[in-house]
This record gives sequence, C-alpha cells and structure tokens, in this order.
Amino acid sequence: MKVLMKGNEALAEAAIRAGCRHFFGYPITPQTELAAYMSKRMPKVGGTYLQAESEISAINMVLGAASAGVRAMTSSSSPGISLKSEGISYMAGSDLPALIINVQRGGPGLGGIQPSQADYWQATKATGHGDFQILVFAPSTVQEMVDLVSDAFDAADRWRMPAMILADGMLGQMMEPVALPEEGRAQLVEKPWAAAGHGGKRPHNVINSLYLTPDKLEELVAARYFRYDQVKRQEQRAETYLCEDAELILVAYGASARVARSAVNQARERGRKVGLIRPITLWPFPADCLQEAAKTAKAFLSVEMSMGQMVDDVKLAIDCKAPVHFYGRTGGMIPTPAGVLEEIERLV
Amino acid sequence: MIFAGFGGQGVLFAGKVAAYAGLIAGKEISWLPSYGPEMRGGTANCSVCVSDRPIGSPLVTAPNVLVAMNLPSLDKFIDTVEPGGTVILDSSLIGKKVEREDLTVYYVPSSSLAEEKGLAGLSNMILTGKLFQAVCANGEHPCAFCGEDVLDQALEKCVPARKANMLDLNRQALALGRAS
Repeated sequence: MKVLMKGNEALAEAAIRAGCRHFFGYPITPQTELAAYMSKRMPKVGGTYLQAESEISAINMVLGAASAGVRAMTSSSSPGISLKSEGISYMAGSDLPALIINVQRGGPGLGGIQPSQADYWQATKATGHGDFQILVFAPSTVQEMVDLVSDAFDAADRWRMPAMILADGMLGQMMEPVALPEEGRAQLVEKPWAAAGHGGKRPHNVINSLYLTPDKLEELVAARYFRYDQVKRQEQRAETYLCEDAELILVAYGASARVARSAVNQARERGRKVGLIRPITLWPFPADCLQEAAKTAKAFLSVEMSMGQMVDDVKLAIDCKAPVHFYGRTGGMIPTPAGVLEEIERLV
Repeated sequence: MIFAGFGGQGVLFAGKVAAYAGLIAGKEISWLPSYGPEMRGGTANCSVCVSDRPIGSPLVTAPNVLVAMNLPSLDKFIDTVEPGGTVILDSSLIGKKVEREDLTVYYVPSSSLAEEKGLAGLSNMILTGKLFQAVCANGEHPCAFCGEDVLDQALEKCVPARKANMLDLNRQALALGRAS
C-alpha cells in the first residue's frame, strides 16, 4: 500500500533508495525535514549524514564526495542555494555529477519562508558564475518528487553534470500518498574518471576547474556545450493536458501547475478551450513540446509563483509565434484556481 | 477540510488521520500544513483534500468542513466555509455560537470531556471522532468518503510504533467523540 509522506521526507527516502549514501546539508525552512530525515536514516544504511558549519562548506563536501565517484547530494532553500552557487559552478567546471535540491521560498534576500518559484532564473540561467548549465527537474506531486530523484541522479551521472530538483515550500511540506521504489535496485554506473584511489595501477585522475590557459579553457567549455546540445535533444520532458483542441495553453510547472490544472478543469466545464503544458525539465526547457503546441494554439499563459521568470523561455521556445501572457503571485503567495480562471476568462 | 487550532493541540495529527482514512478508502488525498515561525501556543492549521479526481491545489480556500479548536481559528476560517458546510468545534474553549445559519455546527466540549475522562491532550481525537460520525463515515453526508472501520485503520497508520501505548487512549477519545 502507498504511504503518506511529506515531500521533503519523500525526497530523502528516494535518494537513499537511488543509492545515495552521502548527504551534506545545513538547515533552512522550508527544507529542514529533508535533512532531519537523512540524519535518522543515513546511519542505518551505512551512509554519511553530515550537517556542515555552513552551506558553502556543505556544497564543497558534495564536490569532494562526487569527485570520489559516489552519489552525493545536498538540499537547501533559496538563500542557502545562493550560498551554494559557487560550489555548483566549481562542480560544473569539474564535470561532476551530484544532486542539489532547492525547496524554494520567497525572496530576494532572506525573503520569507512561504512557497515560491522565484529561483527559476537562478536554477536555469545562473546557478553560479561562468559558462555552464545544470539539469533542472520540476516535480509537481510528492510521487513525482520520488520518481525524479532517481532520474536526476541517473541523468547527472550520464552527462557528468550537477542536477537540481527545483521544488518549493508547498511540495516540501505537503503529504501525499507515495509508492517508493524497492531498496537495493539502483543501478550505479562505473566512474573511471573518479579520484577514488588506484593503488598505483593507473595514472591518477585529476578533478579540477582551474585552467589558466585560455585556449585550453575555451576548448573544455566548448566540449561541455557540445554535450549540452545533446542534453537538449534527449532530456526534454513535459506533460500535456487537454492541449489537442486548446486555443489558450497555460504553461506552469511544480506547485503552480497544480493550481493551473484545477483552473483548466474549471474553464473546460465552462466550455473554454484551454489546456496545460507542464514542463518537467526546466533545463533543458521542453521547447519541442511548446513548438508543437504553437502550431494550433492562439495564445499562451505562463502561470508562476514569481514575477514571470519563465515567460521569456516560453516566447523563445515558440519563436514568438503567439502572444505569451503572464499570471503570477510572488513573495510566498500561492495563486488560486479562481485567480487563474479569472485571467483565462479575460483572455479567451 | 480545514483543521485549525493552537500549536500543540494536535490539529496536524487530526488532519493526518483524516488523510490516511481517505487513502485507505482509495481516494486521492493531500495534506498541507501551515508552517511558519509559530511554536507551541501559536496558531496552526492544515488543509486536507479527499477527492475522486487528482488534486490540483492542495490549499483549501473554501472548506466543506472546518474543525476549529480555538476562537482565533474559528474567527479566521468561518467566513470561508462553503455554504451548506459543516463546522465541528471545541465548545469548551470557544464560548460563542456560530452566527451563520447556512452551516451545520456541532458543538463538542472536547477539552472538558478529555479532562474528565483522563484523556488530556486528546481533545483533537474527540473532535476527529465526531468528524467521522457526522461527516466522513456518515453515508447521508455529501462529503462522506469511507466506512466506520476505516477510522481505526487510519489511526494505526498515524501512531508511530514507539508510541503504541497511546493507541488505546486515542481509540477511547475517538469513541467518545463519535458518541457525543
């Protein structure tokens, strides 16, 4: 039978079942249950739970563990992710896979502690300095949080890059029924590049992000971008809902996709031709799915818990072939289906 | 449904029992707590949805059922209850009557009952017992979603093994609520 779990706890249990045995964190609301759960569970499965002295320290511990080839992760909420951004950039520059979880809260600054999606730009465009991307997954149910944890670890290993699960305080705090994968089923890949000891039997591996020769650095970055192109072709994911005949298509991810879906159902009951595209990967952004939808849809409406950070990505994806409107709340406010429905009525 | 009261009264736990009952009954369910800088003595509440369809927003803004364990909670949510909805409240802590006439209100002196019967701290389960008798397991109620037997199974899911000794006390409190 399914069990009821909080999103934060489900993320933690799913990570353990995906073979993660190294967690480094620092408490922050609304993510703390994840770290608390790890502190109880990790010792029981022979893993390492370590509460670092700061976020910066925690992310560098992740870098170290990932260098040794193990599945390592950290979790935090918005202000803490900003502190971790330096380490994430270093990991991207060292081609290291790891999982970073952001249970977003309102910002900027210390902001608030209620749910938000205002770190979209940070996650998809600028998780740190330099030319790089990370994989970004956006679950919208507790079950999907479980499912995407192992997908994110697998994708991170496949492409040798950091992956993020971009959740929010609502998903982290809420309980829903979940079916957990069986323990001990995770498929861990060989990592011949890892600096995990070699007993003098092979040349030593170097994990590094410092390259003082510009042409060498350019070459490495270009190779990474060649890989990103493949990622864009192979890893895009989105769910479409009632889009076939839709004239107005809502685009929403995570918690706001739940609200948008309710609004779409209510609008359909009134005979409005509306649908929903829910990006499951935010990077790579599911441009193919949106392009397809733009062939028939007359307009799009991005529904977010931010000031409209995803709007530009929707416009780019559809090559501005249709107008892209925006409805959102921010600062920890959660849009209501009624609010979204009102906006739909204004547009159709 | 919304469960609301002071922190420490067990409103989140009561909501979890109701959510588990929905799960056992094969429904879609969600449970969303308020969270914030509050602590024991502050206000706490949770939204519980039980539905035949996948749940969109788990935030309940117009509850069919309100369980209120103190006056600030009643005042905060009473105007949001759907017309025709049901309110279950602790009448030993809430002195006033509900003014709205379009609601069915059950006044249960749950805190006093709990004290009298040696069930201190289980006022929440007395109200939950009433909730199941009046709404969740009441075939006549439009929001009914389970049979009487589900409540006990749900309780067993919610009481952790290390607190197994609390199971019987919780059962007594639920029974008291059902009979009130």
